[in-house]
Amino acid sequence: MAEAATNGTNGQSYVGTRTIRPDGVDKVTGRARFGADFNLPGQLIGRVLRSPHPHARIVSIDTSRAEALPGVKAVITRDDFGDQPSEFVPAGEMMMNYKDVVRNVMAREKALYEGHPVAAVAATSAAIARHALKLIDVTYEVLPHVIDVVEAMRPDAPLLHDDLFTAGVEPKPDKPSNIAKRVEIVLGDIEAGFAKADVIVEREFKTAPVHQGYIEPHAALATVSEDGSTELWCTTQGHYIVRAHCARLLGLDIGKVRVTATEIGGGFGGKTVVYLEPLAIALSRKARRPVKMVMSREEVFKASGPTSGATVHVKMGATKDGRFVAGFAELKYQAGAFQGSPVQPGVMCAYAPYDMENVKVIGYDVVSNRPKVAAYRAPGAPISEFAVESVVDELAKKLGLDPIELRLMNAAREGTKAAYGPKLGPIGLEETLNAVKKTEHWNTPLRKWQGRGVASGFWFNIGGETCASLTVNEDGTVSLMAGTPDIGGLRASLSMVAADELGVPYDKVRPIIGDTGSLGFNFLTGGSRSAFSGSMALVEAARQIKADLCARACKLWDAKPDQVEFSHGAVRPLGAVAEKAKPMTIADFAKIAGKTGGPIGGYGRINAQGAGPSLGTHLVDLEVDPETGRVTILRYTVAQDAGRALHPAYVEGQFQGGAVQGIGWALNEEYIYGADGKLQNAGFLDYRMPVASDVPMIDAIVVEVANPRHPYGVRGVGETPIVPPLGAIANAMENATGIRFTELPMSPPKVLKALRERGLGRV
Amino acid sequence: MRYEAPETLGAAVALLAGATGDARVLAGGTDLLVQMRADVVEPELIIDIKRIAETRTVTEDRGGWRIGAAVTGAELKEHPRLKQVWPGVVEAANLIGSTQVQGRATLGGNLCNGSPAADSVPALIAAAAIATLAGPQGRRDLPVEDVMLGPRQLALGKGEIVVSFWLPPRPPRSSDAYLRFIPRTEMDIAVVGAGVSVTVDGAGAIAAARVSLGAVAPRVLLVPEAAQAIVGSRLDRAAQDRLEAAARAACRPIDDKRGTTEFRIQVAGVLARRAALIALDRARTS
Amino acid sequence: MAKHHIEATVNGDAVEFLCETEETLLDVLRDTLHLTGSKEGCGSGDCGACSVTLDGRLVCSCLVLGCEVGGHRIETIEGMAKGEALHPLQQRFLENAALQCGICTPGFLVASKALLEKKPDPTETEIRYWLAGNLCRCTGYDKIVSAVMDVAAAMRKG
Repeated sequence: MAEAATNGTNGQSYVGTRTIRPDGVDKVTGRARFGADFNLPGQLIGRVLRSPHPHARIVSIDTSRAEALPGVKAVITRDDFGDQPSEFVPAGEMMMNYKDVVRNVMAREKALYEGHPVAAVAATSAAIARHALKLIDVTYEVLPHVIDVVEAMRPDAPLLHDDLFTAGVEPKPDKPSNIAKRVEIVLGDIEAGFAKADVIVEREFKTAPVHQGYIEPHAALATVSEDGSTELWCTTQGHYIVRAHCARLLGLDIGKVRVTATEIGGGFGGKTVVYLEPLAIALSRKARRPVKMVMSREEVFKASGPTSGATVHVKMGATKDGRFVAGFAELKYQAGAFQGSPVQPGVMCAYAPYDMENVKVIGYDVVSNRPKVAAYRAPGAPISEFAVESVVDELAKKLGLDPIELRLMNAAREGTKAAYGPKLGPIGLEETLNAVKKTEHWNTPLRKWQGRGVASGFWFNIGGETCASLTVNEDGTVSLMAGTPDIGGLRASLSMVAADELGVPYDKVRPIIGDTGSLGFNFLTGGSRSAFSGSMALVEAARQIKADLCARACKLWDAKPDQVEFSHGAVRPLGAVAEKAKPMTIADFAKIAGKTGGPIGGYGRINAQGAGPSLGTHLVDLEVDPETGRVTILRYTVAQDAGRALHPAYVEGQFQGGAVQGIGWALNEEYIYGADGKLQNAGFLDYRMPVASDVPMIDAIVVEVANPRHPYGVRGVGETPIVPPLGAIANAMENATGIRFTELPMSPPKVLKALRERGLGRV
Repeated sequence: MRYEAPETLGAAVALLAGATGDARVLAGGTDLLVQMRADVVEPELIIDIKRIAETRTVTEDRGGWRIGAAVTGAELKEHPRLKQVWPGVVEAANLIGSTQVQGRATLGGNLCNGSPAADSVPALIAAAAIATLAGPQGRRDLPVEDVMLGPRQLALGKGEIVVSFWLPPRPPRSSDAYLRFIPRTEMDIAVVGAGVSVTVDGAGAIAAARVSLGAVAPRVLLVPEAAQAIVGSRLDRAAQDRLEAAARAACRPIDDKRGTTEFRIQVAGVLARRAALIALDRARTS
Repeated sequence: MAKHHIEATVNGDAVEFLCETEETLLDVLRDTLHLTGSKEGCGSGDCGACSVTLDGRLVCSCLVLGCEVGGHRIETIEGMAKGEALHPLQQRFLENAALQCGICTPGFLVASKALLEKKPDPTETEIRYWLAGNLCRCTGYDKIVSAVMDVAAAMRKG
């Protein structure tokens, strides 16, 4: 736990200011090296052969013609990967099973989605590699497929895995199913709760699968030596996780695998698992040359980890003066080809913004023939909270209550027992609701066909294993090494903390993200944890340095420990000692480091606990064109609790980015499958993410309710911003049209159809 | 894969006519390169026509305007006078894709790509534009509405290249407009496109009109009934309703990932009306 | 099939290179000329991460063939700073925190520079529509647009 002397009392006060990020110059000049920017001499180009069928038994694979093509140096298939026994491991904020990981990386018995890897080649050029794929003969036995989650749950649905039995139900089933798991949380007595309700609203919602939409495709470059030492550069949110997965899948010692996380062009949870990395290593091992692999945009859409489509049933009851007395929900989430949808966090977060006595939420994790889902920013929560926030709004309307007042009346606060278990510490939901209430936005009148919606959102955030080091160089500059890839400004925030902790100027701190050989295990960048945990580890590292320097001073000044203290960037003599000794800065000690005991440094190795939930409230105004169903977002405000904003501009950036992802999810983004189970919109043309002209400025209000378990009061902020937009926009649509839309996306054909059905489609 | 950049039209025609495998004309490349990348086409020969001066110029011709088939949308927008005479044609060309795409995309390519959702084609058809083709048998002219026969099907013979478009002379009090429906504000392929050109008489009534609809049939449509519905009127509500009905009646759209049949038909009427109103307003103030 | 021998100007320097017919300008910039600042986000002209200017015209380099640029003038992100002096847009992006992951940033900078050279006084709407071909997934565009507006205002004053 940190010393009291942090946060500005060391003579600096960078935390909370808008410094220029240390990695920024390289990013604005094109010098920064992202995954596909790395090359090694003699490298081969790797490409993947992917199943054209959404569901098929792989009867045989003949690679002989590909292997004979001049320029082809290695071909791999399922035969190059040993099978893995069943073992669940954390993957981002979700869990994965190694038996599934090895099959997702390279299909074994079956191809379970269009795009599923079936073989891979490494060749001396991209053109030869592409040609070689066409020479691989795969015999498929095409099977019926199923995509939709409700369809996949039917007893007569095509079965993906004959060894998958529904967990979490009694009695244990003896027939396999596509339902991997049933989960449930219960608080109080739901039936008694509904009996007390004066008003009940019950609705069913449906959301389509969406993709994280990072602009940088997956990329990996691997080189394997004859003794099995492996070096890998890849774009990832978690290079230690990549190392662990690759070592396991390929039978390598973890210590022999060195993974460097390149700069990463977006992840949002989608780069927390492995796709190309084990393939690149396996090819390099076989070819005895470095192998570089980059996904095309089509491959990213078809074969990485988009999130679940879902069906959600919500029933809420309230008394006539607005107390929520009962909340029920049943969630059915697509997991994709292998189990592990984020239904569990979806279940846990559904009612988490509210203080309720009676809650019951059930969730089903269901496999179907689409790519295995990966995390997407607060995984699971946007879907369940979209449904609940929509129903909360309907309750407000039925009760004749203001939607913000209704939320304030029921807001979770410090001490609230969350339905998913713990008693909540201090949280800032009320503060965000009040902040929104005070805005000019909330108080601006609207015109016809314009609507206003509000919604709140909750995400827990995580801590986890983190290592970070600080080294004082001979000239007094400080080298900072962190172990979580920097997705969006982390190095700036961590440098500010280090500068404040040690009392050195910000530009004397140089941060890098270390490779896996340089630091102990770091959990990945995700769960809104990198600034939270990284800063905690740095505070510990700084504490070690300060303690060390005080000890050295004691020797130099012949003083006792209580006669020296570190403050304002220097070790200072106290009391009598002050008469014979002068304060010494870090730079002063750096000059004599060797003579006083050796190089100066600190190494924080922690399992960060105490991550505090971040709550937010979003407000949106939109306008509907009643003749075409097109929606224009007019105005958007985000208020969210950051605990303590280390770098306010990057905190605002998280709010704004998450809000716009939510706008896309609500209005236009969806995976469109044909009846043949194939993806029809595997590109940015028809997978419609918001462009600059689609959105207005996003007003960001940073609320700070300190997290008492972090030395600076920090809460993770990265994920909560994507949670409220879906509900806020649906609520604004209802306000504009009088129609409650329960199906996302609310695209123009759907909106126009609904308007016309009610005779509303004409100006 | 061969790439040739002939300097004369004759050389280009000879290359195209003499090609034994799949040969493609390259102007802006904003469709061809995408299709090559997606393995939809694998040409043996690419013929880049951008060095042929005639395809790259905008000149006045017999009172009208002649626009080279390889003039980019951005260049059309920068032309000092064209957008005053044909604002609909210019705005249509500048709705294709993004700023970057408009820096390369051409009217010739947009037509010859053969998509019924092409943005510039309804505006050209409403303008009564004539395409000039050059081929092994010499030159010929074809109204733009007769060039695209269906998706990726053109009325061009082997070796024929679209060289330029002729926009006829404008009577006074004439203007045009192009509108399209897309779900976002930019970047999407038109779900419905409507081009309208009108000429107004001295009394302010519509003396002549042409209405063209895109993305609602296997080819871009010229809809004479929609034009007839508004000729003689001042586009009062009754005329607008007739226009919408005629536009809708002409549609034979598909259901696809961009829009349903029902949606396209409904919106076609709305856009025809809105484009006509803009064209009329422009014509009155021109 | 023999490769094409192309001579062009890139960021003011004369360059020459060999390329296959099907190689795009983006492929040539990244793999042959080792200018990896332009990024491939989609390969189909839908994301703008590969934006460069060709004879002063903003284009997607993934939609131009390498063999088309003989005799032409190309400018990439690598040519935007002059020596150690960042272009005002580059500086402002840093100050405004107009980048998070940074993968789209080169494309946005090239596109914004092209806009301000053409129209020094754009409105917010004009900026947003000009930049509609540049996708960003991290920032929600807010700080990018305000950075461009700030630079436009500063350039008008100075």
